[in-house]
Amino acid sequence: MVQPDAVEAAIQRSIPDAKVTVEDITGGGDHLQVSVVSVAFQGLSRIRQHQLVYGALQQELASEAIHALALSTATPADSPSP
Amino acid sequence: MDDSTRSRIEALISSSPIFVFMKGSKLMPQCGFSNNVVQILHSLGVSFETFDVLSDMEIRQGIKDFSSWPTIPQVYVNGEFIGGSDILIEMYNAGELKEKLEIALAS
Repeated sequence: MVQPDAVEAAIQRSIPDAKVTVEDITGGGDHLQVSVVSVAFQGLSRIRQHQLVYGALQQELASEAIHALALSTATPADSPSP
Repeated sequence: MDDSTRSRIEALISSSPIFVFMKGSKLMPQCGFSNNVVQILHSLGVSFETFDVLSDMEIRQGIKDFSSWPTIPQVYVNGEFIGGSDILIEMYNAGELKEKLEIALAS
């Protein structure tokens, strides 16, 4: 399992401007719903956007510290304002 | 990944216009994400083939390297990797998936 803060920090190491929301679906810390908003996604296909995030979490995924990761990505332009 | 694993993956992908690497089978998915993909494809009424990565450790790891994608399920359409469960759901909700699959099946 991983702490939501650690997931956010890992993503922001690779994608510094990322706005990250982490939701722990089961409460066990290894099934996560993560959404990431960043200008870095501009012009990239969905696959490339997700690959950027997966790349940032490579270690956590490979070790199965994160067992399941539901991911959504967006740029600030397509993300609704709060 | 060794050459034989790579050729097996390539053979699987080209065996059907829509091919899914998943955990479990169409009838008994062993993971919620794999189940999502199966349900979406069923709801669109398209035919597809699957491979159970839990039955084969070489393919299970190999497909992650092959696609540069760390998670299962993985969906291929006419030999092209189109994504995992999250992307499939997004494409389905946006109405893009049906069209893409229909074109793939018609070609």
